[in-house]
Amino acid sequence: MAPHDLRRPFKRAAISDQQKRRELSLLRQAQNRRNAQHQARCLASSILSLQSSAPESEPEQSDIEIETVPETEHESEAFSKDPDVRRASTLRGPEARKWFAKQLMLPEWMIDVPDRLSQDWYVLARPAGKRCFVVSSNGTTVSRQRNGSILHYFPSALPAGAKTRDGSGSAQSYCILDCIFHESDQTYYVIDTVCWNGYSLYDCTAEFRFYWLNSKLEESGACNAPSHYHKFRFSAVPVYNCDQSGLYAAYTGAVPYVKDGLLFYNKHAHYQTGNTPLVLVWKDENCSQYVIDTDGKGEIPSQQQLVLELQDDRKLVTSDDPPVLFGCLDGDIIEKSGIQSGNLLRFAIGDGGLSFVDGKLEKADLVYLGKSNRARVFADSYSKVIFQFMVRHSPLKMDDLLASINSPDDQEKIPSDIEMVG
Amino acid sequence: MEVTQVLLNAQSIDGTTRKNAEESLKQFQEQNLPGFLLSLSGELANEEKPVETRKLAGLILKNALDAKEQHRKFELVQRWLFLDDNAKSQIKACLLKTISSPVSDARSTASQVIAKVAGIELPQKQWLELIGSLLSNVHQSPAHVKQATFETLGYLCEDVSPDVIDQDQVNKILTAVVQGMSASEGNIDVRLAATRALNNALGFALANFNNDRERDYLMRVVCEATQSSDMRIRQAAFECLVSISSTYYEKLASYIQDIFNVTAKAVREDDESVALQAIEFWSSICDEEIDILEEYEGVNGDSDITCFYFIKQALPALVPMLLELLLKQEENQDQDEGAWNIAMAGGTCLGLVARTVGDDIAPLVVPFIEENITKPDWRQREAATYAFGSILDGPSPEKLIPLVNVALNYMLSALIKDPNSHVKDTTAWTLGRIFEFLHGSAIGLPIITQENCQQIVIVLRQSMKDTPNVAEKACGALYFLTQGYKEVGPSSPLVPFFQEIVQSLLTVTHREDAGESRLRTAAYETLNEVVRCSTDETSPLVLQLVPVIMMELHNTLEGQKLSYDEREKQSELHGLLCGCLQVMIQKLGSSEPTKHVFMQYAEQIMGLFLRVFACKSATVHEEAMLAIGALAYATGPDFAKYMPEFYKYLEMGLQNFEEYQVCAVTVGVVGDICRALEDKIAPYCDGIMTQLLKNLSSNQLHRSVKPPIFSCFGDIALAVGEYFEKYLMWAMSALQRAAELSTHVAGDDELTEYTNSLRNGILEAYSGIFQGFKSSSKTQLLIPYAPHILQFLDGIYMEKDMDDVVMKTAIGVLGDVADTLGSHAGSLIQQSVSCKDFLNECLSSEDLMIKESAEWAKLAIARAISA
Repeated sequence: MAPHDLRRPFKRAAISDQQKRRELSLLRQAQNRRNAQHQARCLASSILSLQSSAPESEPEQSDIEIETVPETEHESEAFSKDPDVRRASTLRGPEARKWFAKQLMLPEWMIDVPDRLSQDWYVLARPAGKRCFVVSSNGTTVSRQRNGSILHYFPSALPAGAKTRDGSGSAQSYCILDCIFHESDQTYYVIDTVCWNGYSLYDCTAEFRFYWLNSKLEESGACNAPSHYHKFRFSAVPVYNCDQSGLYAAYTGAVPYVKDGLLFYNKHAHYQTGNTPLVLVWKDENCSQYVIDTDGKGEIPSQQQLVLELQDDRKLVTSDDPPVLFGCLDGDIIEKSGIQSGNLLRFAIGDGGLSFVDGKLEKADLVYLGKSNRARVFADSYSKVIFQFMVRHSPLKMDDLLASINSPDDQEKIPSDIEMVG
Repeated sequence: MEVTQVLLNAQSIDGTTRKNAEESLKQFQEQNLPGFLLSLSGELANEEKPVETRKLAGLILKNALDAKEQHRKFELVQRWLFLDDNAKSQIKACLLKTISSPVSDARSTASQVIAKVAGIELPQKQWLELIGSLLSNVHQSPAHVKQATFETLGYLCEDVSPDVIDQDQVNKILTAVVQGMSASEGNIDVRLAATRALNNALGFALANFNNDRERDYLMRVVCEATQSSDMRIRQAAFECLVSISSTYYEKLASYIQDIFNVTAKAVREDDESVALQAIEFWSSICDEEIDILEEYEGVNGDSDITCFYFIKQALPALVPMLLELLLKQEENQDQDEGAWNIAMAGGTCLGLVARTVGDDIAPLVVPFIEENITKPDWRQREAATYAFGSILDGPSPEKLIPLVNVALNYMLSALIKDPNSHVKDTTAWTLGRIFEFLHGSAIGLPIITQENCQQIVIVLRQSMKDTPNVAEKACGALYFLTQGYKEVGPSSPLVPFFQEIVQSLLTVTHREDAGESRLRTAAYETLNEVVRCSTDETSPLVLQLVPVIMMELHNTLEGQKLSYDEREKQSELHGLLCGCLQVMIQKLGSSEPTKHVFMQYAEQIMGLFLRVFACKSATVHEEAMLAIGALAYATGPDFAKYMPEFYKYLEMGLQNFEEYQVCAVTVGVVGDICRALEDKIAPYCDGIMTQLLKNLSSNQLHRSVKPPIFSCFGDIALAVGEYFEKYLMWAMSALQRAAELSTHVAGDDELTEYTNSLRNGILEAYSGIFQGFKSSSKTQLLIPYAPHILQFLDGIYMEKDMDDVVMKTAIGVLGDVADTLGSHAGSLIQQSVSCKDFLNECLSSEDLMIKESAEWAKLAIARAISA
């Protein structure tokens, strides 16, 4: 039991540099491990894929001018399996347009009322405006329209959306939102969320995506009024359960934007690129100015017009997967106008109209008008053509929708409010 | 076997005789352990044997019962417990007999051995009669037996944990000890032994300190002992007070005035060894109050312990007493590494007082500084400077900056012009403290301007040519000067001086006397900080520095045959140079343009590191290993080309159990290499995984290395993906065992902290493995492990003792399981507590990292469930 040594450090710096070197190394290693981990987590096993060796494209030209790209599903086989979503935001020029054009989920038009509408579906009033993908990454935000062309290039309060936001989110952070840009109040209305802050939501149900959107968007400050580092305001769109009151609210309820129809989302559906029957659009004159398609001059043509894609064997098909056959093009026309397979062509529906057998299209009276506008990337979908046809002849009315909700079929199971996973 | 002669031979000056003796003792022990221990105890107890052999016998006995290393200690304890009962009781009888021996060395040795045996047996509820029989000794025995008995009780209290001895026995021990200390005990040696025993027994006296009457009595006895006529007893009594100050701080209020009086008297009048303990009492009170006040400022503002502000109350009397001490310096104390005197203790205590009371100290110290700083007597100037330096940590910058602004120029000039080296040493140290605490982007009003910065640099560079101890402090000051500009960036006023600063530091490293006073180390460390704080403007200069340091390292490798001392020195120098290169690699590798230029040196640097390893045959250099980690990170996949040659050193590092820091660092470097090479590390994984698994199952490896080994599993799995399959079963079973052990913790804070680091390592391993397998076709291999992992997560969640780091990793693992297994784990996850309560708790956490991980997990779970 010798006396305890009571010497204390004297005139010594509290830290040794060796210890500091050790700690800084550990810090670096921990940081690198976190990054590696985070990167692995962001490699979503999703359907997103990119061409890994994107050919260096010529400098970006006028946005609207895009090559007519053959849009077949087979093409995706040419893409490598590189699943890194982030690379999407680094694409430039036609590559980017091509890529983004294929990433949006495209609603089918409602040509009949789905079963279990009140249990399995959400409804929302679609804002009128330009549908676009908004991608924030590396301190900038880019919005791209359905054809891939850039709408705006701006700073935003979305994660990784502006250069000034220090420390918010890591280097890998980025967002992809499905939006409609509403001109008159210069607002992006977010109708779906594809990626948030580096995490892919592709494989999540609509129910979850809407929940996520509502909690995150507000939190990010993206709903705030525009400022120097946040050029456009974002806003979520009210989403209702598609029961009677929900449907009615979406249909008649006051919203700060001009409505353009109603969108119906199946609650269990994942985000799926391209046409899907699990999201539907429906319009009538009360909730949309654009029920019947207009032509290039903004006028309603006397005959319904449609765009179809010409295939190798002269077949004219829709953009659906699998494509729906509408007829064959006369060989004469092909020779005369120098059109080739893959081109998108505009037709009118003649007096013969469309004939159906057992609910299936049997014959269409097509009148060739010419090549479609060069900005078009896709042919029309089957449901769009039929919806337009019905609007002109026997439209699906709001009353039909309400009736379907109240029908005994639908009442079997008592609709209950969905508990959000929260 | 006749052990006496062997024990004598074992202490022979002749090497061969000694070696033979040691060998035969070893054989005896191996062949017949009970007989061996028995004859040692017999030797110790035998009054006819020479004192040297009795002492050595006792010592060997003691070493057969206890060891420093945990695993060895555990082995010895088991061995003793399973020893033949008959042998054990004979040994114990011998030991007890020996404490009555007239030979003091024999008694003292026996005391220690008894305590070791008690340390093993009492927790097993064995040898319960021991304390009773010792206590019976303190009545009516001859003085030397009493003395040995108290000594034994003292050792016993040191070796046995308080919860093993019941309160009744504690009461009896304390009563006996206090009686032994009292004036009624005529023998001074007995009183001294009792006083020392009390110091060790204090930890057992919680109940007695909670009882006002008993506490009063104990405190009175201790305070009386501080007034003993015997210096050793006074010193031991103050030691008791020091122990009490930390163990029973909150019980001191009614005694603090009396204690101040006795300590003040001791400080001023008593022998230095006593005075040092008296000063230590106040330093220890400062430690307590600093801890409490820090906790006050902590998360909830509540602390278990109340602060009594003893220091604040004692301030008007305490500070003058400490200032007086500052004037009692010894000549040349700055050149003597081991020096410790009352001036140093007083100054250290003053610094602690400043940290405890903050602003209040300034008005009490400033007049002393003003009065003494210009005095002709160097002691006064040094004391004034030291006082100033001591109070720089504690008071607010607002309070200190005006003082510093007045003093800075004076200090700068004193550093060059004062004739006394001691004053210059303290002045340089004080400048370092000024820069450390009052210079930097966090301080509103800068004390250093563009103008005086130049002067500071000139003075410090000049001072770096002074004697080694002064130059070392000047390097330290430069270190903090540089650090303070770290956040400033391109506008740092040091940018123009970068070149000359580096030049001066390099010159210092080449000084003949750079080995003294840690000077060379200080110069390299400062150089490291200069590099760390370099900016875009100065990075070309850092790049130029790389070949310079490489050349230094190259030159040290050219050495021929070296003596042991020279090798030690060379190894130290290698460490400094590798450390410096490591800092440069890390700095230059962190930005693309500099990394690009730096990479031209990569190959040569790696060659040098390999040579550093090669010249230390037995072991691997920690600094070189750290540097290689940084290099691998900067190099990326190309690092693969160094692997064939580097691998053996990597393996050697992983095998280095003795220097566990080296092992830990190497494990970390494996992680760096995994991230650099990714799947190219696969060819080396067999060796690495084998070694890591071996390390985990060893009880010789320091436990702190185990958590990083688990994390390393994760790094490997993430790098090699499904290739990890061949290790999966082994890794998973090691993880599972560790997970089971680390779910519940029963122990102190230290154990909880360790358990959390272990959990974090395990969880990082799971994360890496699951993410590594994610994009492979073999995810189904992981399904069988999911239930256990979820159970582990639920288990640690329910324990409620996770720290934030574990929480973040744990919730991430939940996400990883969901992400990788998808619908295969959906229902399993839904059944877990983790996916509800734990996830919700994390989602609402204020810690952003936890929240981010939780959101990821929520997403992954949503996908798994809806898939």
